[in-house]
Amino acid sequence: MDRVPIVKVGKYLLATIQTDVQDNVALALQEDLGARIVATRASLVLVDISSLQIVDSFIGRMIGDISGMARLLDAEVIVVGMQPAVAMTLVELGLTLTGVRTALNVEAALAMAGIRDHR
Amino acid sequence: MSLSAHVTPIPVLRAHQDAILERWVAEQKRGAIARPDLLSDADLARECSELLSGLLGGLDSGSMDPSGPGWEQMRATLRGITLSRGRLGFGPSETVLFVLSLKEPLFTSLDELEPAQRIQAILELNRLVDRLSVITSEIYQQGREEIIQRQQQEMLELSTPVVKLWDGVLALPLIGTLDSERTQVVMETLLQAIVETGSTIAIIDITGVPTVDTKVAQHLIQTVSAARLMGADCLISGIRPQIAQTIIHLGITLPDVVTKATLADAFITALGRIGQHVVANRTDQER
Repeated sequence: MDRVPIVKVGKYLLATIQTDVQDNVALALQEDLGARIVATRASLVLVDISSLQIVDSFIGRMIGDISGMARLLDAEVIVVGMQPAVAMTLVELGLTLTGVRTALNVEAALAMAGIRDHR
Repeated sequence: MSLSAHVTPIPVLRAHQDAILERWVAEQKRGAIARPDLLSDADLARECSELLSGLLGGLDSGSMDPSGPGWEQMRATLRGITLSRGRLGFGPSETVLFVLSLKEPLFTSLDELEPAQRIQAILELNRLVDRLSVITSEIYQQGREEIIQRQQQEMLELSTPVVKLWDGVLALPLIGTLDSERTQVVMETLLQAIVETGSTIAIIDITGVPTVDTKVAQHLIQTVSAARLMGADCLISGIRPQIAQTIIHLGITLPDVVTKATLADAFITALGRIGQHVVANRTDQER
């Protein structure tokens, strides 16, 4: 089964979804992320979905779930690089992911993280 | 129905072609169908002459059905003339009357035929010109519809300009009523521009939107949510007092949406978000 690679970059974790994901891959990502957050004590997780072109309500909910789960583990999730079509689909599905932080690209997300860490 | 069974009026019409043309032009001027303000006398004469030749050409084919084969040339001529008249500003009835006014000159040119043949020819020509006028009116309508469709398309394209105000700040001035189709275009254009320019803030200015109802508000909220999902913030500016009142009366809330009264206010806020601010130029006061 494919797994989404999770890379540790300094104090942060970076999970890059590189293809359109199946439901089981998404569930695996959720488990892996939880384990890695605890193992590395990372305070910030960047989930890069810029290659994700197709999204359904399950993936949409998964993104929200990951964010909620990370918050319980005292880490913050920033969803990075959502494509316009994906954003429109999620809104049409009524999944506005309130409370999930978003950034245009990894650079913007790191800038956001930098501002947060210097506070 | 074919003319071949009778003595055809074609030779007579051909012999009198110049006279018919002259009478037809005169008839139009007398009946105030000609519009010298829109079409010069020379052009009018040219159009009439083309149409008359087309008519005779069609008659030569032996068929009396102007929508059938043998009349292609005539229909093309009629189409060209009708569309050009439509563009010049002729009304639909003026254009149809122009074709119908051909009847009298045609009929009077048949004087030399035997009475029985004459009545037969008049009846047939009458029916023919009537059908031509129906075709004219159809072409005229088609022309109008094409113009309307093109304009709708142009309006859709024109109505969604995304402007870059600053590095990382986009503005979308909306003008006119927002319907579902337009909002879809607006949303797509804005989100695409956000990706292309890497802007983190977008200002949606609704100064030019005459009314905001529940549907429009819903569309705005959707656009703001979609932009937020991509990592860009949206500000809404230009809500007029009356519109603010309507929004409240309708019980619409715009949760998590920052609204500003004017585009200028929104711009200042946007600059603040990206860590820039406007400073008055002190040297101006010293001068």
